[in-house]
Amino acid sequence: MSALVASPAPRRGSVRTTSWKLLLNNRLATAGLALLGLILLLIVLAPVLPLPDPDATAPVDRLKPVLTAGHLLGTDQLGRDILSRLLWGTRVSIAVGFAATLIAAGIGSAIGIVAGYAGGRTDNAMMRGIDMLMAFPYILLALAIVAALGPGLMNALYAIALVNIPFFARNVRGVTLGYAHREFVDAARLSGKGHLSIILTEVLPNVMPVIVITMSTTAGWMILETAGLSFLGLGAQPPQADLGSMLGEGRAQLFTAPHVSIVPGVMIFLVVISLNLLGDGIRDVLDPRLRSGALVRPGPVTEVAPDRTAPANTAEGASLSIEKLETGFRRGKEIVPAVRDASLHVKPGECLGLIGESGSGKSVTALSVMGLVASPPGVIRNGAVYLGNDDVLSMSETRLIANRGSRVAYVFQDPLTTLHPMYPIGRQVEEAIAAHQPVRAAERREKAVALLEKVGIPDARERSVHYPHQLSGGQRQRVGIAMALANDPEIIIADEPTTALDVTVQARILELLRDLQRERSMALLFITHDFGIVSEFCDRVAVMKDGEIVETGETREVLDNPQHAYTKRLIACVPELGTGERFLDRVAGLFAGGKAEVAQ
Amino acid sequence: MTGAAIQVRDLSKTFGGGRGVFGKAKHEIRAVKAVSLDVARGETLAVVGESGSGKSTLARMLVGLEEPTSGSMLIAGRDAAALRRSGPRAFGKTIQYVFQDPVASLNPRKTIREILETPLKLLCGYEAPRRRVRMQELLHAVQMPEDTLLRYPHEFSGGQAQRIAIARALATEAEIIVLDEPVSALDVSIQAQVLLLLRDLKQRFGLSYLFISHDLAVVEAISDRVAVMYLGEVVETASAARLFTDPEHVYTRQLVASAPRIKKE
Repeated sequence: MSALVASPAPRRGSVRTTSWKLLLNNRLATAGLALLGLILLLIVLAPVLPLPDPDATAPVDRLKPVLTAGHLLGTDQLGRDILSRLLWGTRVSIAVGFAATLIAAGIGSAIGIVAGYAGGRTDNAMMRGIDMLMAFPYILLALAIVAALGPGLMNALYAIALVNIPFFARNVRGVTLGYAHREFVDAARLSGKGHLSIILTEVLPNVMPVIVITMSTTAGWMILETAGLSFLGLGAQPPQADLGSMLGEGRAQLFTAPHVSIVPGVMIFLVVISLNLLGDGIRDVLDPRLRSGALVRPGPVTEVAPDRTAPANTAEGASLSIEKLETGFRRGKEIVPAVRDASLHVKPGECLGLIGESGSGKSVTALSVMGLVASPPGVIRNGAVYLGNDDVLSMSETRLIANRGSRVAYVFQDPLTTLHPMYPIGRQVEEAIAAHQPVRAAERREKAVALLEKVGIPDARERSVHYPHQLSGGQRQRVGIAMALANDPEIIIADEPTTALDVTVQARILELLRDLQRERSMALLFITHDFGIVSEFCDRVAVMKDGEIVETGETREVLDNPQHAYTKRLIACVPELGTGERFLDRVAGLFAGGKAEVAQ
Repeated sequence: MTGAAIQVRDLSKTFGGGRGVFGKAKHEIRAVKAVSLDVARGETLAVVGESGSGKSTLARMLVGLEEPTSGSMLIAGRDAAALRRSGPRAFGKTIQYVFQDPVASLNPRKTIREILETPLKLLCGYEAPRRRVRMQELLHAVQMPEDTLLRYPHEFSGGQAQRIAIARALATEAEIIVLDEPVSALDVSIQAQVLLLLRDLKQRFGLSYLFISHDLAVVEAISDRVAVMYLGEVVETASAARLFTDPEHVYTRQLVASAPRIKKE
């Protein structure tokens, strides 16, 4: 947040260079780019290169092999120079392919963006039209169009463009749908923009990457289709050269003079493969999901630096001790620290609140305990985590995984995302039991129902066949708690378990957690950003800021007499019922002098 | 102009309903049921309620993003239906909206300059030099540095993005602002700063706020009067001081009792 005081870097340029660099980092894409560049250079230079006329026939010199003097790639059945025809033909094929891509992209994207933005009936009508277009086999449709319009290169171009419109329309509509109801679109409407202006200036820039990705991945395909139509004699008409028609004409001499058809065949292959490699590279760079590494599968356990220092357990008898933990994230070659030198101890039957603002490293600390930080990029640099006397970080992978759920269980913030939407809740609780206890199915079922009852789900037996979406937010969180309790863990780590809930529901969930914890004398590590909850719920509290724990102590003492300046400010900033407008006067003093944001 | 900033009478909104192609009645959700509210000029009325209580639907109707099913709204003394007929620009100049998620309400592919210029150009019709001056004034009002204009939304933290969103609402020169959970997504210290800013702006520009929130303590700090919504209805309206010391409705009492508070000896 201190970015504000830093001088602004010229971001725009630097972002572009990184995209460019990312593309060049991809070796295959670079190879594709180089190959395509070479081909484009050759065909652009075709008019100035010392090439014979591509259409000049010389029956005397027919079917000369490759590397004949004067004809580098030989001649065809009419004695025309193949090299010259190849370059001129590639020119035509690429021009037609690209033109068809542009037309299809233009029309298809326009349909997709309007359908996605308008929604309702307009969307329905437009997309059913597109569906009809897709219902025909594409080559049949192209043939029908060319048959109706008559053979010729331009008609082939129209046919191919038309056939490819659905790909763009569907892709773009899908993305637009996601943007059409975003808040910034509403905000633009309130700023006085009309629909057309919103589509062009708000939605289109966001949809553009998808259009470019679709274009780059379909261009090769379109060149192939152009060649296909020409091969069938429906595209370029003789004597005009085009890769497909060259291939078609050479077919008759396939056995006597194979080079006549192989040469254009290889050219088609090179053009399409270079376009596809480049297209894949562009997609990887532009697609934010791929860029963020979503395709990289995280390992089962967070990477632990082999040279970590493992301090001894300083709190004998604690259920969970975290000693000088240092967790970071790899970014390129360096490691950006998220948690620094954090030490925490939770005794059996105790509730420790871990409080801090967003980005302070609370969740990373909690996930580090059981090696759940996704790796890559996460890495535990230093420190030790003790369950009783066992160091978790030196456990074998199987042993660590066996301890998850059985000794340490987690309750996460949003139960809608942590419960599987396709399984009934009862089955999910059973699964949690089955992971650690070898019991028969019937017994497991009973246990699951008992657990659901325990966490206060009314009519647990009937409700156990319900799916998560049939439950309210509070009930879903109860199911989450039931799953955490399934194997009688010694420690429960609750990561903002009530943040997504309404206050009245929150009060009941907290009550449940407290009762369960007391009854089973579990250790509870409770992560929150709310001092009100800490004050009502936790025995001790640790305050975290920028990855470091700045203060730890009994809740009452910390609240009454905070030592660290950050804790003081954090407590002062919590509005309290009954303070009314005096609250703002109080905080006004804290942020006096307009230094407000800078202080953050 | 005198009188009420917002006057809402028996406002309802029903989603779905009607009949499908085959005459089957569609599922109907009554999000807002016959709500009546008044916001006086220069006043802050808070609307509190839990998720699904219809707060946001009410707010979206007030700024013209949703059309009410029935009932009437007077905004700055003018009928909302008439305002809508005279085009979206008339609406935008009268009443503005600040969204809950500040980052999502700013287009990620536009600079702050482009975002702030839109209302100045379209709603106020200012020429380029005047726009430039006005943008500096706005940034100054929300306490952001001048280089903000050149940067993109993702370069700002939540609190800063909310300041920019508030600046955009102010740019329209509307005097009535609907704030939909403007501080819920922010950390407490940032939240306090944004609340301070809102109070400061209200005094400086004579604004009227409709402040939607689920956090009672925040509401008490900023509002003059509070309306409690429950399942689409306003169940209680009272001054902030009265409501929290002596809640009348059962639901309000429950709400007040559930709010976590810091216990100090």
